[in-house]
Amino acid sequence: MAKKLKPVDAVLVGMGWTGAIFAKELAEAGLRVVGLERGRMHETIPDWQSPAMHDELKYAVRWGMMVDVSKETLTFRNHSDQTALPMRQLGSFLPGTDVGGAGVHWNGQTYRFLPSDFTLRSHYSKKYGRDFIAPDLTVQDWGVTYPELEPFYDHFERVCGVGGRAGNLKGQRMPGGNPFEGPRSREYPNPPMIQAHAGALFEKAAASLGLHPFPEPSSNMSRAYTNPFGAQLKPCMYCGFCERFGCEHFAKASPQVCVLPLAMRNPNFELRTGAHVNRVLLDASGRRATGVLYVDGQGREFEQPADIVVLCAYGLWNVHLLLVSGIGTPYDPATGQGVVGRNYAYQTTSSVKVFYPPDVNINPFMGAGALGTVIDDFNGDNFDHGPLDFIGGGYIAAHTTGGRPIMYHPVPPGTPRWGSAWKRAVADNYNHVASIDCHGSSMSRRQNYLSLDPTYKDAHGRPLLRLTFDFPENDRRMSRHLTDQAERIAKAMGGRLTDRSDRSDTYSIVPYQTTHNTGGAIMGTDPRTSAVNRYLQSWDVPNLFVQGACAFPQNAGYNPTDTVGALAYWSVKALIERYLKRPGPLVQT
Amino acid sequence: MTRSDLATATPSPTEDAARGPANVGETAAPGYAFLNDQDVAFLRAAVDRLIPADDYPSASQAGVLTYIDGQLAGVYGRGERMYLAPPHRTGTPEQGYQLGLSPAALYRKSLDALASHPLGRDFPSRPGAQQDAFLRELEAGEWMLGDVPSAVFFETLLANVIEGYFADPLYGGNRNMAGWRMVGFPGAYAHYTQWVGQHNVRFNRPPMSIAMRRDAVSRPGPAASDPRIPESARPRTKPRGTR
Repeated sequence: MAKKLKPVDAVLVGMGWTGAIFAKELAEAGLRVVGLERGRMHETIPDWQSPAMHDELKYAVRWGMMVDVSKETLTFRNHSDQTALPMRQLGSFLPGTDVGGAGVHWNGQTYRFLPSDFTLRSHYSKKYGRDFIAPDLTVQDWGVTYPELEPFYDHFERVCGVGGRAGNLKGQRMPGGNPFEGPRSREYPNPPMIQAHAGALFEKAAASLGLHPFPEPSSNMSRAYTNPFGAQLKPCMYCGFCERFGCEHFAKASPQVCVLPLAMRNPNFELRTGAHVNRVLLDASGRRATGVLYVDGQGREFEQPADIVVLCAYGLWNVHLLLVSGIGTPYDPATGQGVVGRNYAYQTTSSVKVFYPPDVNINPFMGAGALGTVIDDFNGDNFDHGPLDFIGGGYIAAHTTGGRPIMYHPVPPGTPRWGSAWKRAVADNYNHVASIDCHGSSMSRRQNYLSLDPTYKDAHGRPLLRLTFDFPENDRRMSRHLTDQAERIAKAMGGRLTDRSDRSDTYSIVPYQTTHNTGGAIMGTDPRTSAVNRYLQSWDVPNLFVQGACAFPQNAGYNPTDTVGALAYWSVKALIERYLKRPGPLVQT
Repeated sequence: MTRSDLATATPSPTEDAARGPANVGETAAPGYAFLNDQDVAFLRAAVDRLIPADDYPSASQAGVLTYIDGQLAGVYGRGERMYLAPPHRTGTPEQGYQLGLSPAALYRKSLDALASHPLGRDFPSRPGAQQDAFLRELEAGEWMLGDVPSAVFFETLLANVIEGYFADPLYGGNRNMAGWRMVGFPGAYAHYTQWVGQHNVRFNRPPMSIAMRRDAVSRPGPAASDPRIPESARPRTKPRGTR
């Protein structure tokens, strides 16, 4: 029997980026807020300090900061006619755990989506004709536009201290930035990072081909920085332990460094760690959330009543909570009806390597999570899709994120996988390879979705989330085209040979690709095709808000965090300024 | 150990078998926590074909056996962070590992099967070319090691060997940072700010490991007044704990 706790105004499920943002803003608005985090607290000091943090095996290979799949995982299949089987160990994506979530071990690549990304279906239909989008794709407009989100992007980028160079200031083209980006109201809060060698080689080659290289927008600090809340960040040291690691230097934006200390100081906010939320509770009508049910570290069950419930867990787990709580109609791919679990999408990644002779030192270990030089010429609709047979695109970047050798020891094509020849090739090539990443969009389609598994259970006895996903034909074509462009740049980079790694046509959950799972509780303008409205408020349960990339109707060719942060600020503003004055649906149906 | 074309479907492991032997260490070889004498003999020969000696040490010379033994005797070996619950079914390659065996249980079954067959037992005394040929058969999945497809065992072993050759020496492998010296990885350095913009520079400093700085690993936590903590990050009110 759950112990019923004192009611609060708002309860937050999960304390990553969006949980920290809501904690601070709602507490400052005068609400009594409880944040529930299933993991533990951890911070820059003492938890992320060098040299212990510089442990590739513990953190990068054994996933020290990631979700423990023995307790909570999902099942996976490519198609509905297969039996989904559990993801028994991590692979393709790495959801976080503990306070800060994946906001601790992200890279810091902080991109805005393009204006046309937010109006994807209407943009392509208008420009290329209604039949241009393949019929199996269920892509749609977001219900929010780039101009509406711009101030919130701007704010989140100042919270994070993003370094970069604007390519479009209030409609004016700026040299050295991304000429394809939507208009920015202001320059980035910080200058770009120091360019790495691989980035410089890429820039020269891309420019020689008439492309438009620019520095990757980075939440690794290019200088000491104080954010609008007074949180202080320090310059990045290029140590090369960023992705999959916590930053020892206060140099990578994270909820702990940028937002949470401000929430923690507010007596209106209480953080409870070791609190695993199993269910959102509804009243008899099913139209109102009354709070959440959670289990603490000792297995004791608690009911936390609240007037407002905000799901701030990783997108996959938000969708899982909706499904196990019976909120919204589950999506059925056979009929196309239902919304929860609809429009799951991912990211379509590939890469090309350039192998240089021994006199070219790339020094891959001098890196940072968002240290890269990028072109956006083949992203979104920045290029003419008319003669092509797909929608979408992606950025192409030369990243130098770190040269940790268990996972990074590139060898030329044709090298044996082990033995003397392999060993020699590893030794000969390690410091002489530049890597080019293709970060392609992912379109939602009718057959890809999230649901509950009929067989397998998590440690709390709940059905596991079930992922049904394969790459749409559209995205396979897009990825081949994008990789062709990357290969063209690679061949212009002056190496002795290049090696192209296309994404397999069939999605596999085994090799790491990226932790950019999107959709399942998407935003939109129509309750028949979206789970939440344009303010991320549940259509079915108006005192429930659902944050995260699960709101994306499809995924753009960029990393999601900037958009997740911008949407959180957009959502919390509507909650505070409109919902609190008149609780109820913010959009009438 | 049987040819895989003669093998029947993989049976589901029992719960006990899934996590691995409970009495780790009882039959271990001297100096080892998990591996027994037969295991050590086979693995020493096998890992030294995967990473043979040249100007840099072989896998076993670099401590990879010690590394693998430590891993199998610990959290990784027990599969504590794997989802091993039944039912266990054969899936597609895209669905990943489905055997339901912890790494320790996987090694135990595979190594015992190898030890029960002349090809496994005599492996250490064979010439290198024959050893490579047998390893290639394991890699190609041509054998069933008990109920473990040999390719699953081979891939796990190869991954662990590479880990042991390049992980921080803290874990018993990469002895004298040989793996890092071979490729030129400097290890646990904390900053390259002054180097990163010097394109094509050769970074020749000797590598540094966590293991070299045990003192730093176990040092007590800093005081709240630690100057490394920005003012904005210092707590002003005590966080309240779980009820």
